[in-house]
This record gives sequence, structure tokens and C-alpha cells, in this order.
Amino acid sequence: MASITLKDLVKSYGDTEVLHHIDGAINDGEFVVIVGPSGCGKSTLLRMIAGLETVTSGDIQIGDRVVNNLEPANRDIAMVFQNYALYPHMSVRENMGYGLKIRGNSKADINRRVEEAAAILEIGPYLDRKPRQLSGGQRQRVAMGRAIVRDPQVFLFDEPLSNLDAKLRVQMRLEIRKLQQRLGVTSIYVTHDQVEAMTLGDRLMVLNGGYVEQFGTPIELYDRPATLFVAGFIGSPSMNFLPAEVASGMVTLANGARLAGGGTASGKVTLGLRPEHLIADETGPIEINVQLCEQLGAITLLHGHLSGTDVECVASMPGHVSAAPGTLMRFAIAPEHLHMFDTQSGKRVDA
Amino acid sequence: MLKRVHFPSSLLPYLLVAPQIAITLVFFIWPASQAVYQSFLIEDAFGLSTEFVWFENFELLFEDDIYLATFGRTIFFSAAVAILSMSMALILAGFADRVVRGATAYRTLLIWPYAVAPVLAGALWVFMFNPTLGIFPYILDFVGVDWNHYLNGNQAMALVVFASAWKQIAYNFLFYLAAMQSIPRSVIEAAAIDGAGPIRRFKDFIFPLVSPTTFFLLVINAVYAFFETFGIIHAVTQGGPANSTTILVYKVFNDGFVGLDLGGSAAQSVILMVLVIAMTVVQFRFVERRVQY
Repeated sequence: MASITLKDLVKSYGDTEVLHHIDGAINDGEFVVIVGPSGCGKSTLLRMIAGLETVTSGDIQIGDRVVNNLEPANRDIAMVFQNYALYPHMSVRENMGYGLKIRGNSKADINRRVEEAAAILEIGPYLDRKPRQLSGGQRQRVAMGRAIVRDPQVFLFDEPLSNLDAKLRVQMRLEIRKLQQRLGVTSIYVTHDQVEAMTLGDRLMVLNGGYVEQFGTPIELYDRPATLFVAGFIGSPSMNFLPAEVASGMVTLANGARLAGGGTASGKVTLGLRPEHLIADETGPIEINVQLCEQLGAITLLHGHLSGTDVECVASMPGHVSAAPGTLMRFAIAPEHLHMFDTQSGKRVDA
Repeated sequence: MLKRVHFPSSLLPYLLVAPQIAITLVFFIWPASQAVYQSFLIEDAFGLSTEFVWFENFELLFEDDIYLATFGRTIFFSAAVAILSMSMALILAGFADRVVRGATAYRTLLIWPYAVAPVLAGALWVFMFNPTLGIFPYILDFVGVDWNHYLNGNQAMALVVFASAWKQIAYNFLFYLAAMQSIPRSVIEAAAIDGAGPIRRFKDFIFPLVSPTTFFLLVINAVYAFFETFGIIHAVTQGGPANSTTILVYKVFNDGFVGLDLGGSAAQSVILMVLVIAMTVVQFRFVERRVQY
């Protein structure tokens, strides 16, 4: 087990810089999720930590060793790949034991550890099968088993659940979390799925375009998103963004409606409102011209415009609500649920 | 699944395949049937009369020590060519697969020898190994090897094996490289993380995972060494010295067109025909089905 430190890490392909000066410290035993849209560099960052990509500049430290120039084999890590990357010509037992065999462990020891891991993952009955005779979920478990038998200092996961169906994904997500808590191994998990990220991670690193947007606990990211990008990325349905103006503790919307809040900020801002924080209130200041109702059972999503403007706005209401297109509904929101961002830089403007 | 196309007239499909059928009949079926017919005939020494003798030509062949020795020599020759060219190609492909910069240039250069005609490839090697003019005998002289493939049968055999294998490396290389590139990158990366170094990865993953290609190439190379090396042997040694590089195909030519024993030569080519049919059957039966792993 070990902590991981990234110091001013840069990756370039030719003249194109894809990761820009990444800093971050991951504590011993922590589960960190790197999340971001596709092409944001999250897999590249993970592969650099694994040693599958070279480091252009900066340092990667595992424990107290700088590992920049170490072969993957010497970094004491294990990785679970998106397509599992099982060895097709080897049985499950050989797949899981290969790393130990290379390290020269005795046959008895390999067998004991493989069977222990197989018991944890409930793949004992399949040990003598070939990967092609297994289902997607079983292959996923074998890939995990291959990682845990070696008892490495760090687990790396590269979107390991993206090839599974929705139900299995939720189940495996819980299992990965339980397994990590049980083993207490420092883990880095890459995904583009914000729900996966929120449920799995002790802390989340949100990457966008090769920059770290924010690095914090899921609740920090939800409650105090540092940038417009994080605000829009975390939470489902995603946050509403409305142009607004703030002056002396009052926020004025595009249609002239005024809300209390905004603190000491002033001038033009982008106002962020989470759909679930909008509360139906006959006397509320926010009027929405509802165009469409999405009934999800537990909640109903109302899609519409801020009345008098064409600014799109979504509200989430508990239970079953139905409204004909064109219905005007009024909502209120607590001042602490207003998020304000600079219209230029997208950075949070603190109240 | 192939879709069945229906033509309104039944004549058109026949017209479309007619040229191919005509070529097959004129250049394959007719000569092959002529060879089978010839193999049942014996001609007198002056070419004045022929006699139909059924299988006597074949009986004579299998009693002939020289023919049986040729058979053994051919098997040695083709095994040597296949093993040498396939292992060289495997090693080169293994390296080319790892190259990042200038990969296309390496590949193009490695494929060039395949474009060289067999006779020219032979001529090239003859010049390089010419005992009086060649560069290699000159170099070999320094390490105490007296190279003269015109006199030394083993050296002559080595030379035709080298020349034939060299020409086939490009072909094998292409197939091996394609096979290696179809191995998922992540499998090799997983092996690297598991602690396998480059040599271990080659031995434990790349080699077993390209085994279907190895089997396919084994058949193709055997066929190549059996039948397509005539040009090289003709240019390099003409089967000599003392028949030491005469393989079956060369003996067919030698007996038929030099020795003018048309019946015996035809019988040999019928045997070769049976062999190539057998190899093709093996290839279709086993290679089309993927090797299981």
C-alpha cells in the first residue's frame, strides 16, 4: 500500500500537449476516481501511472519512489482493462497466477492465492475454463482476480465496467467498492460516468481538456463546484445555467425576476440552479413555461423555458406531476443553492 | 452468408464464368490429364515408338534409389527452408511490431525481396557466393572455410536453402506482422504489468497467439519449397554437384527435358500432383478451422 503523488505532470504527443501540469496527492488506501468526458486525457493519465505511456515532464511518485522511468513490472501495480485483456490461450487459473509465476512464487503458493482470490470473487467453479467460455461479468471478475492475487500497492481501473449491461454494472460497482474497502489498497479508477464516479470515489478528480477542473470529495463537487464545467458534469439531470446580474444581495434574471441571494458578488454572472433544488411555490420568483413532462416514477422532470425568455430550464419534482405544454409554474430556491460563475472564465464567484 | 443472386436468363452466369473455366481447362486440366496419360507410356531411346505399360513407370521409380534419395532430400530441403524462413520472419516481425518511428519504411524494405523473381534471387546469391568472385567466400576464407558450392554438395545445399528461404521471408513476415498486430494491445500491456519482459512476452503470448498463422505458413512454405524453388535451383546449382541439390521438381525437369525420359518424368509429376492435392486438403481441413487455444 502506498500513496501516489503527481507533480507538475505533463504529457505531449509531438507538439500537442494533452495533459497540462497535473498536480495531485492520493493518500494511502484512498479510492480516487478520475472522471471527465471522452478525450479529456483521463486514460492517458492512468496509463502514465501504470507505465504504459512515457512522462514528458514532471514526476509520478508511488510511495516514496519516483517511478517515471520504471518498467510497469517494477511499479508494483495491477491494472484492470476496459476489455479485460485476459490471456485468451490460458485458463482462468493460469491467467490469475501468471504474475506470480513470473515472480517465481512456488506452485503451492500460487494455487493457494489464486483459490483465495477466486473464493472472494466467487469464480471458484470456473478456474479451469478458458476466457472465451465465460460471460462478460465472469471475465470482469477474472480480470479483478488477476489484479488482487498479486497483492500490489496500487490498483488501476480503466473503465472496467463499460462493457457490461446496466444492471450488472451497478452490481459490479458495489462489489468493486466493497473489495477495495476490504483490501484497503490505494486505487485509481477512470470513468466517464459521473454516477459511477460519485458512488465509488472517496475523492474525484474532474479532468477536462487535459486540465484538472476540481479535485475533491463527491459532496464537495456537488455542493460547491469550482467551475461551470464541474457544475454541469456532476449531478443528474445537470444543472440549469441562466444569465443573471447580481447587485447588493439580489440576483436579477433575464426576464426581470429577482431572487434574494448572491452575497457580495456583483455584475454579470452565470447563475447555476440544480433542478432538484427548485421547489414548487405559488409565490416563488422563478416562473417556468413548461413544454414537456418526463415521468420517471419517483420524480418528474419538467422541461421548459424561463417565462418571457428562451433560456432553457429543467425542474425536478417529487412524485407524479403532469402539466400541459404552455403551463406556467412558479418555483422558489433557497439562497444557499445559488451557484454563481464568472461569465468569462467559468470560475466560481464566491458569495 | 452469401446472398443468392438470381439472373433472369440462365445463360448469363455461364458466360461470366466461361473465361475462367476455359483457362482452367487449357492450362490446368488438359496438361494434367496429358501428364497422367504420359506416365503410362514408355518411349524407346530414339523416340520412334511408344508403348502403353500401365504402372511400370511408377514401379521403376519406387525401385530407383536415386529417386528415393531425391524424395528424402526434398523433405530435408523444404523443412530447412520452412524453418529458416519462418523463424527469421517471426523474429523480424517481432521487432517490426515494436518499432514506433519509421515503421512503414521498415515494413516496405522487408517486403521488397518478395518482388524479386526466383531466377534473379538465385543469380544474386550465385554472385555473392561465387568461389572466385563472390564476397562471401572471400570473408569465409578468413575463418578457415573453403567455400566452393560447385564441388561441395553440402555447401551447395546450404546455398539453395539460404536463397530460397531469403526470398520467402518477406511473405512470412507480412503474415506474422498482420497476426501480431491483431493481438489486442491491452493483452500485451497486461502481461507487461504482470511482470513479463519483452522476451517472456514473446514466448508466452505472441508466439502462442500467432500459432494459427504458424500452421498456415507451414503448409504454404512446404508447398513453396516443393514446387516454386525450381528457378532458384536452376540458376544456382542446376541440381548439382552430383545431384546433391536435385529436388523432386528439378528431377522432373531434368529427366524429362534433359534426359528425355518422358514417361518417367510424367510419372514423377503425377506423384507431385498427388502430393500437392494432399497438402491442399490438409490446409483446407485444418487451417480454415482456427487452431484452438
